[in-house]
Amino acid sequence: MADWLSQNGLLLGLAALDGLSSAAAIFMVAVGLNLVFGVLRILNIAHGSLYAIGGYAAASLGLFLTARGLPAWMSLPALVVAAALVGVLLGPLIERLLLRRVEGQEPVLQLLVTFALFMVLEDLQKLVWGVQPVVSDTPVRLLGNVEVPFGADTIPFTAYQLFVLPGIALLTLVGLAWFLRRTLAGRMIVAVTEDREAARAMGIDAAKVTLLCFTAGAALAALGGALASPTASLVPGVGAQTIVLSFAVVATAGLGRVEGAAVTALLIGLGRAFAVYFEPELEVVVPYIIMVLVLLVRPQGLFGTPETRRI
Amino acid sequence: MSRTTEILLALAAAALVLLLAWAVPWLRFVLTIALAKGLAVLGILLLLRAGQVSFGHALFLAFAAYAVAFGASTIPEALILLPLAAIGAALLGLVIGLFVVRYREIFFGMLNLALSMVFYSLLEKFYAITHGTDGIRLPPITFAGQTLGSEAQGWAMLVLALVLALGFGALVRTYLASPMGQALAGIKTREARLEFMGASGRSVLLAAYVLSALMAGAGGAVLAMTSRHVTPALAYWTASGELVFIAILGGAGSVFGPFLGAVAYELTRVYAAALVADAWQMILGMVLLLVILFAPGGLWGMGRALLARRRAA
Repeated sequence: MADWLSQNGLLLGLAALDGLSSAAAIFMVAVGLNLVFGVLRILNIAHGSLYAIGGYAAASLGLFLTARGLPAWMSLPALVVAAALVGVLLGPLIERLLLRRVEGQEPVLQLLVTFALFMVLEDLQKLVWGVQPVVSDTPVRLLGNVEVPFGADTIPFTAYQLFVLPGIALLTLVGLAWFLRRTLAGRMIVAVTEDREAARAMGIDAAKVTLLCFTAGAALAALGGALASPTASLVPGVGAQTIVLSFAVVATAGLGRVEGAAVTALLIGLGRAFAVYFEPELEVVVPYIIMVLVLLVRPQGLFGTPETRRI
Repeated sequence: MSRTTEILLALAAAALVLLLAWAVPWLRFVLTIALAKGLAVLGILLLLRAGQVSFGHALFLAFAAYAVAFGASTIPEALILLPLAAIGAALLGLVIGLFVVRYREIFFGMLNLALSMVFYSLLEKFYAITHGTDGIRLPPITFAGQTLGSEAQGWAMLVLALVLALGFGALVRTYLASPMGQALAGIKTREARLEFMGASGRSVLLAAYVLSALMAGAGGAVLAMTSRHVTPALAYWTASGELVFIAILGGAGSVFGPFLGAVAYELTRVYAAALVADAWQMILGMVLLLVILFAPGGLWGMGRALLARRRAA
């Protein structure tokens, strides 16, 4: 064991760093999905497409800025701007035109509406951005590498993945937790999540809260995509991959708390990264194995509360 | 609709399928694939009765398809491979079912999805056995001991698919009318009440789940023997989504729905792909949106509503 550790120690450290940065992106998507599910009670399959579109939009904006000869530092705020644009443009459109129309219908139909939307967005994204890989890594190159001390050695790692990605994820986590618990608007969201009928009886405009939440959720998914876009090239199918991954995070965490999504995203991000370095065949399977194991022991998820049975 | 009308309608529909395949030769392949998928969708319909959506039933379809692909080199006989693959899928359904029937709603859906994605990854990653994304080409197989030409083979598969569709359609109709089938609806409305009456919600769901896996397996076997090529894409989550799509498109109210939906789906797909090669998925998505927004009963429900209106007039 000690022998193995000394041989693979560096790899272990690298996997941990990689896991941390991928967990940050997964968290952004999963927390948005959780927020949307809480208020609408719809598991939005098109959420992964919003991630992909956010990524593509950020890459396009970044390439546009570089082509215009604008300073490289602008590529960092451009990521956030692109994501916000995607959220604000697509979020209300989807909620108003589609989801509101199936409100109160059978859950299966609501789920399928988002599946149909996923199919439409997937092709739309191919029509706009083509099928060739798109890459815009200005933010990563801008910030350069840092040497992370690890035992006697150091591991070179990009500053972007080490500070920016986890930093923004942490900011989102703290900000969202504060917003939901300490502000009036946040408490309205929690109230609608807990009991829509009762919240409306108290005078909360549930339709407005729903619109707000869906837009915020869409923007978070787009932000996840935008933040991940400088670290990997974008290809068709990335939305389909992301959504199943964030489903796994949400189901493992259980529905509810923001912190739960963070811990689970970290668990799954790290699990996947270790698999990439040590058992590459298992990379795709690891998130689901974690999910199945957790649900075996805790059927309501790690942080969910068991539902009381009504008669 | 009375029982006799339904039997007559089913036979008329079967005759129509044969006629279409004879009149337009390229349709034969499309119709066989549609019937094969319709078999799997029948299983989705069963679970929908209990209010549960499986976003992973492509797992059973793909399992049987690969079972046929692997088995074809040792036992190259369609009429032995098909039941073996379907029973294999049913056994897998029993094992997975024992686990997933403890969960409801999104947890049920997501666990099915997760397990099918695990299977997908295994198919994709273990190149030495499964040839990864290249998939496996099926060796020639015999049909009731006869080596058929490709023309006769195509007809044999269509007839086999039709027989299976009629048989399983009748079985599911009987099942839904039986106490076991009625109890499924009880899971949807309020499971605790069902259990107060002494029925176990889990057992009721498990029985339906195994039956659905059996039918998905039969569909997968037909699919593999018809297309003669299996790839991991059969098990990807979007393939499972497609099955749920077809269930809603056809209408979950009747056993005719899945087959009607599957034929409409495959035809739309073929035409959309020929018309706009890059956007067929978008067209299908829009069709689905239109169906859900304006005809939530699916094609079957739409047809019945039209019929009722004419009768009233």
